[in-house]
Amino acid sequence: MIGVQPTVPPSDVARLRRSTAVRLTWLAVGLAVLALLFVLSVAFGTRVVSISDVFSALGGDTSGIAEAAVVKRIPRTVLALLVGAALALSGTTMQAVTRNPLADPGILGVSSGAALAVVAGIAFFGMSDPHAYIWVAIGGAALAAAFVYTVGSLGRDGATPLKLALAGAAISATFSSLVSAILLPRVDVLTTFRFWQIGGVGGATWERISLIIPFLVVGAAICFFSARGMNMLALGDDLAAGLGENVLRARLISAAGAVLLCGVATAIAGPIGFVGLVVPHLCRLLVGTDLRWLLPFSAITGAALLVAADVVGRVVARPQEIEVGIITAFIGAPFFIWIVRRQRVREL
Amino acid sequence: MTHAHSLAAEDITLAYGDRIVVEGLDLAIAPGKITVIVGANGCGKSTLLRALARLIPPQKGRVMLDGASLQHQPSKEIARTLGLLPQRPVAPEGIAVADLVGRGRHPHQRMLARWSPRDYEAVADALAATGIADLADRSVDELSGGQQQRVWIAMALAQETDILLLDEPTTFLDVAHQIEVLDLLTDLNRDRGTTIVMVLHDLNLAARYADELVAVRDGSVHAIGGPDEVITEVLVKEVFGLDSRVIGDPLTGKPLVLPSGRHHVL
Amino acid sequence: MSTETLIAGRRARVRRRSLLTGGLAVAVLVAFLTSLMVGNTFYGLDKVIRVILGETVPGASFTVGDLRLPRASLGLVTGLCFGVAGVTFQTMLRNPLASPDIIGISSGASAAAVIGLIVFSLSETAVSLLALLAALLTAGAIYLLANRRGFAGTRLILIGIGVAAMLDSLVSYVLSRAASWDLQMAMQWLTGSLNGATWSGVMPVAIACVVLVPVLLLHERHLGVLRMGDDSAASLGVRVQRTRIVLIVGAVALLAFATAASGPIAFVAFMAGPIAARIVGPGASLTLPSGLIGALLVLVADLVGQFAFDNRYPVGVITGVLGAPYLVYLLIRSNRTGSSI
Repeated sequence: MIGVQPTVPPSDVARLRRSTAVRLTWLAVGLAVLALLFVLSVAFGTRVVSISDVFSALGGDTSGIAEAAVVKRIPRTVLALLVGAALALSGTTMQAVTRNPLADPGILGVSSGAALAVVAGIAFFGMSDPHAYIWVAIGGAALAAAFVYTVGSLGRDGATPLKLALAGAAISATFSSLVSAILLPRVDVLTTFRFWQIGGVGGATWERISLIIPFLVVGAAICFFSARGMNMLALGDDLAAGLGENVLRARLISAAGAVLLCGVATAIAGPIGFVGLVVPHLCRLLVGTDLRWLLPFSAITGAALLVAADVVGRVVARPQEIEVGIITAFIGAPFFIWIVRRQRVREL
Repeated sequence: MTHAHSLAAEDITLAYGDRIVVEGLDLAIAPGKITVIVGANGCGKSTLLRALARLIPPQKGRVMLDGASLQHQPSKEIARTLGLLPQRPVAPEGIAVADLVGRGRHPHQRMLARWSPRDYEAVADALAATGIADLADRSVDELSGGQQQRVWIAMALAQETDILLLDEPTTFLDVAHQIEVLDLLTDLNRDRGTTIVMVLHDLNLAARYADELVAVRDGSVHAIGGPDEVITEVLVKEVFGLDSRVIGDPLTGKPLVLPSGRHHVL
Repeated sequence: MSTETLIAGRRARVRRRSLLTGGLAVAVLVAFLTSLMVGNTFYGLDKVIRVILGETVPGASFTVGDLRLPRASLGLVTGLCFGVAGVTFQTMLRNPLASPDIIGISSGASAAAVIGLIVFSLSETAVSLLALLAALLTAGAIYLLANRRGFAGTRLILIGIGVAAMLDSLVSYVLSRAASWDLQMAMQWLTGSLNGATWSGVMPVAIACVVLVPVLLLHERHLGVLRMGDDSAASLGVRVQRTRIVLIVGAVALLAFATAASGPIAFVAFMAGPIAARIVGPGASLTLPSGLIGALLVLVADLVGQFAFDNRYPVGVITGVLGAPYLVYLLIRSNRTGSSI
């Protein structure tokens, strides 16, 4: 029935080699686009700044108003870059671990878990140290992820995309209600929280960035080192185990990386949805499903996407700003719908 | 008693979107007989059955029930004459057997009406005919595959239609239950004169139970006739792409298809 | 099994269901009257009834007649609407977790209401109508988007979740731009509340109930057959597309009117159907029991929200917080029994 071909025809080998070249090209393109967006982000905003001003500010000259604006925007751009990369990596990993094309930190309720943890921390434990926020957010994210995955994978078929999405939506709604319940009588906390909740990178400072970098590095490293394991997981648990992979361990470690990245990103910038969902799909179209290529490319694309969203948010509603979380929801949701329509129903 | 109703497809073309599955097909179903439709995967046999059941409107041509086009008759009236057992029916969660079988009376009931004595009779008869009377109060979810299939057949029976269409009624059953279901359908045909049209996967079961066989290939009728005429080595090769020997079944006297292959053939 | 046994068995089942439904109606009545009696000042049952009958009772007439009665009535009718709408969707999509507040229709109504209130400062009636329009448009859009080569409940639910996320972010954005005095009113649109209920707010919902609930009850038998799958339903003579559209439009309209009056009261639409099924028995006619459970939930939750804690919480927070564990339990239970999800 299954004919086994003894040798790989030479044309296939050539095709494989060519696709490596293609992937490298896309990677280079991605980096170039990112660099361009970086410059654009620093140049545009409530006040447009010329390119020469940008370079002079980068060079260290901070005397003029334009240069001062640039100096303010650089940390913001860097933060958007880091958060975008983190969310994209987190989403890619989640989709690989759950074998679910619709996995995303927002949809799976992980962001709302982080939010609840932060709110509870502020309201009940009087937390005010940003460092503490991060740890608490990661804890909340991990709890939510564990919960959603457990609930979603009970029953005959295991963790189907639909069950996970519903579990995530239900748990999100749950946690949101709890957040409302905690916040409503505490008007002072409500106001500060309200803005965090929308998801934005305004108010970025080098101090905050330096705070999250260790977490991001650790999370990213975990994801990158799990790449081979996740490639095996994609074949299905049975096959992966048959090929010698410790399925449970691979899954736990990868998930830990994903949750860490998501928790940190949410802690610093609020819950930003859809980046983790849409970026992996786009990148898969360009560089294929091998996670050793997909992960770095996703990181670059995610960074680019968030920087672009931030630029759009600053430019579209001048002089006001639209937070980046709103932009990603508006761009992301139609993409999500498109993805769902593309999938054959049986796969869902 | 049932009246003989005629069901026929006239020059129909069936398509899913742009993909044409059946083109220019003519088929007259012999009333009062058991007709079995066979064919390879994807040849259009299920699509054809669903068109006969009025689930898919033909792009071209018409399906006629008693000389009138199916599309022009009210749904409920057709449902009193034509019943369907689809391939993967869905049982509402937690429903009792008697209630599910009772759903088959829907075409005979008016909007707000309670169950009439006739409804109760029909359900009781259906339960008795399928041998599941003692399961009447059980929840359908708890039953085995074979029992559940009998419940669906009972529902179709309670509908009291003269024509019954079944889409692969035996595919998910083990061998004993397959024979049981097909024998039950034969009883129905012999005792009540119900016209039965079914799609079967298994060529040998089809040869055994069919009065009339319809072999479908690439969306058109390749051959139609009694089992002896249709089941030949040439046809099996043409329709299924399979080399075979056809002998007489020592148990039933009908044609028996023995597939050839690359291994184990003497 | 003889016909007599069959008849007896079925009659017993039907009688039991009717009794339980009647019991639910009594429970709702009790909750309603309790809402009128309890408060900062307690008014006895006799006074309350006299106010309802139209007498002027000194002291009670204002508190009970002008404050509590509209509030309790609003709770009653919105609960009814949410319950009926929720169970209709869940039954149609053959999925207990496919509730209109999860699949984005409430979000559409809320978004329209928030924009109407904060951006355009419209009147109450105008906001209601806007919410209705938005809910219908949202439902239509989701239905069309999901309807690719045939209707698939799974796809619809997922698309609904996506649309909900998008619309929720819109609501958040508009709220973030709100001046602080708008904020309190706007919070209602995030959580659902019966505060400031007026007769002019209750009327549209009550009328919607009176008109639409009977329509849905009439189609209940069709709905029961639809649950067996489109093919089976069609072969039993149900006009599948037409029935589906009537049911969807009816349910969405109920939901929109209710949401426009009270905001999206969390989880009521979600919980009412499954709770009704557990009480009255599965596979039964759930529309009326679900409506009654919905009303009961809203009335009781509002009582709890007003009097059980030091702070006054809007009803949506209570149903959200109390409903959450039940919801998760439902998820776990339906996942474990491997039922169709």
